[in-house]
Amino acid sequence: MKIDRRSFLSLGIGVAAGTAFSPLPWKLMDDVSIWTQNWPWTPVPAKGESTWVNSVCTLCPGSCGISVRKVDDRGVKIEGMKDHPVNQGGICSLGLAGLQLLYSPDRVKTPLKRAGKRGEGKWVSISWDQAISEVAGKLKELITGGQAHTVAGITGGGPNTLSRLFKRFLTAYGSPNFFNIPSIDDSYRLALQMMNGATPDATVGLDLENTDFILSFGCGLLDGWGSPVHMFKTNTAWRKTQARVIQIEPRLSRTAAKAYQWIPITPGSEGALALGIANVLITESLYRKDFVDNYTSGFEGVVNASGELQKGFKQHVLDNFSPKAVSELTGLDPAAITLLAREFAKAKAPIALFGRGQGKLPGSMDEALAIHALNMLMGAINQKGGIYALPTPDSQTWPVVPPDAVADSGVKEPRLDGASSDAYSRLNQLPPAVLSGKPYPLNALLVMEANPLYTMSNSKAVQEAFDKIPLVVSFSSFMDETAQNSDLILPNHIYLERQEDAPLPAGFSKPVISLSKAVFKPLHNTQHAGDTLILLAKGLGGSVAETLPWKDFEACLKQAMGDKMEPLQKTGYWVNTGAVFPDGKTTFTTPSGKFEFASSAFCPGFTPVKIEGDASYPLLLIPYDTMRLASGYAANPPFDTKILEETILLHQDGLIEINPKTAQSMGLSENDRVLLQTPRGQANVLIHLEEGIMPGVIALPRGLGHTAYDAYIAGKGVNLNGLTGPVADPISGLDAAWGIKAKLSKA
Amino acid sequence: MSNSDDRTQTVSGKAAEASSTDKPDGSSRGIIVLCFCIGLVVSLVFGWVVFPKLLYSRKQQPIDFNHNLHAGLVSNGCESCHFLRDDGTYSGTPKLAQCIDCHQDVQGNSPEEAKFVEQYVKKGIEVPWLVYARQPDCVFFSHAAHVKAAKMDCVTCHGDIGDSEHLKVYEQNRISGYSRDVEGASLIGFKKHTWDRMKMDDCSECHQKQKAVMGSVQTQKEGCFVCHK
Repeated sequence: MKIDRRSFLSLGIGVAAGTAFSPLPWKLMDDVSIWTQNWPWTPVPAKGESTWVNSVCTLCPGSCGISVRKVDDRGVKIEGMKDHPVNQGGICSLGLAGLQLLYSPDRVKTPLKRAGKRGEGKWVSISWDQAISEVAGKLKELITGGQAHTVAGITGGGPNTLSRLFKRFLTAYGSPNFFNIPSIDDSYRLALQMMNGATPDATVGLDLENTDFILSFGCGLLDGWGSPVHMFKTNTAWRKTQARVIQIEPRLSRTAAKAYQWIPITPGSEGALALGIANVLITESLYRKDFVDNYTSGFEGVVNASGELQKGFKQHVLDNFSPKAVSELTGLDPAAITLLAREFAKAKAPIALFGRGQGKLPGSMDEALAIHALNMLMGAINQKGGIYALPTPDSQTWPVVPPDAVADSGVKEPRLDGASSDAYSRLNQLPPAVLSGKPYPLNALLVMEANPLYTMSNSKAVQEAFDKIPLVVSFSSFMDETAQNSDLILPNHIYLERQEDAPLPAGFSKPVISLSKAVFKPLHNTQHAGDTLILLAKGLGGSVAETLPWKDFEACLKQAMGDKMEPLQKTGYWVNTGAVFPDGKTTFTTPSGKFEFASSAFCPGFTPVKIEGDASYPLLLIPYDTMRLASGYAANPPFDTKILEETILLHQDGLIEINPKTAQSMGLSENDRVLLQTPRGQANVLIHLEEGIMPGVIALPRGLGHTAYDAYIAGKGVNLNGLTGPVADPISGLDAAWGIKAKLSKA
Repeated sequence: MSNSDDRTQTVSGKAAEASSTDKPDGSSRGIIVLCFCIGLVVSLVFGWVVFPKLLYSRKQQPIDFNHNLHAGLVSNGCESCHFLRDDGTYSGTPKLAQCIDCHQDVQGNSPEEAKFVEQYVKKGIEVPWLVYARQPDCVFFSHAAHVKAAKMDCVTCHGDIGDSEHLKVYEQNRISGYSRDVEGASLIGFKKHTWDRMKMDDCSECHQKQKAVMGSVQTQKEGCFVCHK
């Protein structure tokens, strides 16, 4: 008997036959296929009963109501709150992806102290007690050295209780250097202050639902301008009422594509076009004469300081801004300007809006005044479908504590940005002041709900300024660029974990306060920034502690909200129904007691913003905004980066939009790698040919090119702010830049 | 030419030699058959007897719950404990909060109940029940649509578990991770009752029969997306 190769073969055949007639292979195949459809590592929502918690999203100035679906303690989905007055159930892609910010593995989970060089990313975890005592200790040292005024605070949280508490803290400490992140809101407020006599703390009200003709000077109405979801809802309403949106901008944005008419004009000439339209309105007597005659001054003439009568707005516009003159500035046909003005005047409730893209930058004040003058001509002030100043809901019910000697002298020092108050923070002027050390060096910087190192233009200078500040403290729970370059991080809860009031929604018709709730128990060892401030005040003692006497932020918030707290906790929002806009007639605080077209102090004109760059830069680089990119304090969560088009981000490379004609003249084609250079910096980008951008103009999106946060967003694309620089506006001192000159060369 | 012919002859000669020596004699043919049979039998036994035992891990429920006893005490049948929530979602296995209504303290003499009160109620820990009928995550199943809209009986899919006095062993497929009650006790797909198996074919069997009332809420059409959203 011999067992040979054949026997083995036979055994194998037997096994194969037996296996084939057993369930083994078939069942295995089935099970494996089921397994592949249910990868055990794929996250699936927790099973169990769903609960919904209403809160408000504070990731942008929109202040949308949100409903968070939870299963036990796990958040499953964020949706728009059905009956919230701002967004009526809608939500944007950033708000929708908020849970990814909450559960991000890269959050700052505990107070951190820098261990290596600044920005190196080496940290040691410290306790909250140590964190508070270290910061309070450093701040105390500065008081002792008479340097209290050399501390600055930046907040991006908007006008809410936490920001007010932060300002109160700095004032009580003795620093005049409280900064808000400036935006187009500043320009609106200033325009309303100058021309309509609003107080600087008023909020801009826009009754957009009731307008029927929207002359938008580059506003990204569908690209994140104002309160984004509210704008989408309003646009839907406009479709029904057949309201017309006229989009004036050099690039075919989403808003332009969806508008009734898109008018591309020479970038930066928007103010001139507004005055050209004003010229036609006046020449053809198309403006609302009754309104202008009864409620305005400065139209016919202005009496200057020495009592002489000067040219008013009317004559100024007639002399300098004929359609022909404006045609040369804007590149538009004179007939087109006349036609546009007639259409504008024909509308029942026309409105003219300013603020490019999402309104991230304040822009030129001249331009703002010129565009707002159109609203004045059409009487779109303080009435249905118009623009008006909303009173800030009274929430200053905090006790008044007299400052001590240090604070008293500290706050009298000049601000580092040269502004007379913090009403309009000239944040763009802070880096030069820090770099020059004038009027005095900055010794400590506290940053809350903001990421200036990324969001401020001229990144290089901002970084150099940061390097000169001996102490940078961040309150961020995201490892953003600013947190990464700080010395201490005292992480705040993120917006889903903390209770606070949201700022009034941008560009909304009524004052709405929404209450953000602690939807989730804090996931990490973070602390409400309000509590941190109160603890810091206690650590400093004296009048600072007395000025922040509350046991915690909740007590402070309750006192600030007063009788609004109860409805806020019940419904999540509070609408000031009493704040009805006055019907054109109200008591004005302008010097003339009327709405002012011009005064001895100002007259809307056209001074082109001095865009940086000489003749060696033949192109114009402009920024653009998209709903799919978060470009403020919050960076794009992974979901949102996934939905970015390949014309914005291709793998790790950012794309620059260029007109095919311009590209052809330079020998460039789609997806060519080029070196983009501006007077402020350079970057490698890919070419994207786009018919919808004016020849000679190139555009980059805001929100890419992060170097921090997490692996999902860092290192993708180019940060536009590294390529641009601020241009100080002669009227407001705020950043008026809308672009920069640039050149492209094959890389 | 002659050389090449010679070589051809030599090669074919070797081949003939080899085949004559490899030809099985009687005994080796028997061994070959035997080997085949051994292979066949071993793999059949492995496939039919050993494999199913290896494929499923056997787990005991944390508490041996008596459905029969409870069914007699409640007023609303299965729905007394396994109810639909207000939003139409299905509550599944009861949470501790429901059990506590009666079992704040030990009620009877059952050692299982004592264990339940001691280990879960007193400590406030949810019982990690093993769910026999849990469908894969890629399946969307609505109890409300079946029980309320189509007026189906629980037994149709779940069998007579409501009458059981003990909970059976939970057999979990080691590969797919799902219960054997879903996949069916018989590995070759043999089934006697509607509740013997809860796989896709079993769902579609009924969906095919009652085409008129089926369909996705979104599309109003029958098809994959009714269950695989």
